[in-house]
Amino acid sequence: MIDVEDLRITFGKDTPNENKALQGINLTIAEGEFVTVIGSNGAGKSTFMNCLTGELIADSGKILIGGKNVSRWKAARRSNLVSRVFQDPLAGTCENLTIEENLSLAYSRGKTRSFGLAINNSKRDVFRERLSRLHLGLEDRLEDKMGLLSGGQRQAVSLIMATLQPTKCLLLDEHTAALDPRMQAFVLKLTNDIVEETRVTTLMITHSMSQALQYGTRTVMLHEGQVVLDVSGEERSSMDVHDLVDMFAKVRGEQLDSDSLLLG
Amino acid sequence: MGAIELGLVFGLIALAVYLSFRILDFPDLTIDGSFPLGAAVCAVMIINGYNPYLATAIAFFAGALAGLVTAFLHLRLKIMNLLASILTMIALYSINLRIMGVPNLALITEETILTPFEGLGLQGFYIKPILAAVIVFTVALIVARFLNSDYGLAMRATGANQKMARAQGVNTNKTTYVGMALSNALVGLAGALFAQMNGFADITIGTGTIVIGLAALIAGEALFPTRGMLLAALACIFGSIVYRIAIALALNADSIGLQASDLNLVTALLVTIALVLPGAKNPLKKLMKRRN
Repeated sequence: MIDVEDLRITFGKDTPNENKALQGINLTIAEGEFVTVIGSNGAGKSTFMNCLTGELIADSGKILIGGKNVSRWKAARRSNLVSRVFQDPLAGTCENLTIEENLSLAYSRGKTRSFGLAINNSKRDVFRERLSRLHLGLEDRLEDKMGLLSGGQRQAVSLIMATLQPTKCLLLDEHTAALDPRMQAFVLKLTNDIVEETRVTTLMITHSMSQALQYGTRTVMLHEGQVVLDVSGEERSSMDVHDLVDMFAKVRGEQLDSDSLLLG
Repeated sequence: MGAIELGLVFGLIALAVYLSFRILDFPDLTIDGSFPLGAAVCAVMIINGYNPYLATAIAFFAGALAGLVTAFLHLRLKIMNLLASILTMIALYSINLRIMGVPNLALITEETILTPFEGLGLQGFYIKPILAAVIVFTVALIVARFLNSDYGLAMRATGANQKMARAQGVNTNKTTYVGMALSNALVGLAGALFAQMNGFADITIGTGTIVIGLAALIAGEALFPTRGMLLAALACIFGSIVYRIAIALALNADSIGLQASDLNLVTALLVTIALVLPGAKNPLKKLMKRRN
């Protein structure tokens, strides 16, 4: 479903601030897989995600989604293949538009936007039906401004928006990081339910090791712009958070060792 | 020209400012140039014997072209939006002079869009406001309907949250081009109407158009706070009329001692006050915040 070959991107090339954010990522994700992505700050997780959505175009390497080479496609063109939920609840929705207008935007994703009314009764019925699954009472607040909702509610609506139209893959960029623990649990459960129901190929970045193991079918660790750990199946199900933390430390430790060897 | 028809014509400009500043979040000063551009194109065509309706339509498209140039400077050449619009505006001054050939063209004896209605038994001073009202309100309805469409919604999302709009498959460059073209087309149309109703086109009529448009928009939004697109569009026009009447009263009241030439000063003061009023909702607030 997703094939990433030797993806590289460097920010501020040939300047003192040069930052090789991605240094040759190789990753193949099969249809229906739910991959959790972990890594320390600056590991390249968000850059990788931005390359997948087309917000960033990589310097070199290939990205294939559903067999299509989308490497040079811009974000808008990829939008019917990938949908994403941002880390910042404010980023994924328009606060000045109403709930139904936000949903209508997502409803037209991948379609030609023409001059038909953006909101009509048949669309409203769809929106109500989808929102009612959240049990947040939002189905009765279609005409409220998005800005009136809490961060958790907005992330829940973002998830609905991301899956309102069929999509090849769902990208979640630490989408619960800005929420309180109760809302975090709610949004994570909702995520899991939606992924299980739609069987959509999913990539979820997370900072939480326990979430990384608890959800999904495969866990990938990024470090300095490369995939350094990739576990799934038996190996993964027998792991606990400590094992993962150990591996995390080991990866970083080895890196230090090699550095010290070089410097020594 | 009376306050009502002036208000109506500048209602189109308030609508244009609403589109650029509010909907697209694009502080656009191009309109100081596209207003006289519309007037110039229309006047020259009429004087050369073209049909006044055709001339008005071409003025509309000339305005659109000016908007496209500004959008191009910003989107393709990556010039800051405010500066891009100033560049187009200043370029248009020379272009308008080239189009007209002279700084002032009289239309008083020419056939205009008003001519067909002059023989219908209506008294002369009714024709202008009625025709202006029909045109301006029709345009407002079309714009409102457009903003309520799927495409219009994509344009509103472009101004509100570009990253999100792109993630939803909106080509934000395209919506910006279309929005800027539409906004300046309305101004071109306003210029054409202004020239025909006043009986002249002048190179200087554009000065301060943007501020008057902003003042009208602020007045409209203060008097008719609303969320719906239709009411927002109508509020622009009513705001413009109210603003014009208020200005006319202020300038005519001898006790205040204002002269017609004080118009721009009064407008600037009004916009300044609206800007600094706490809680005031106005399109320039964002420009002020960025400096913090």
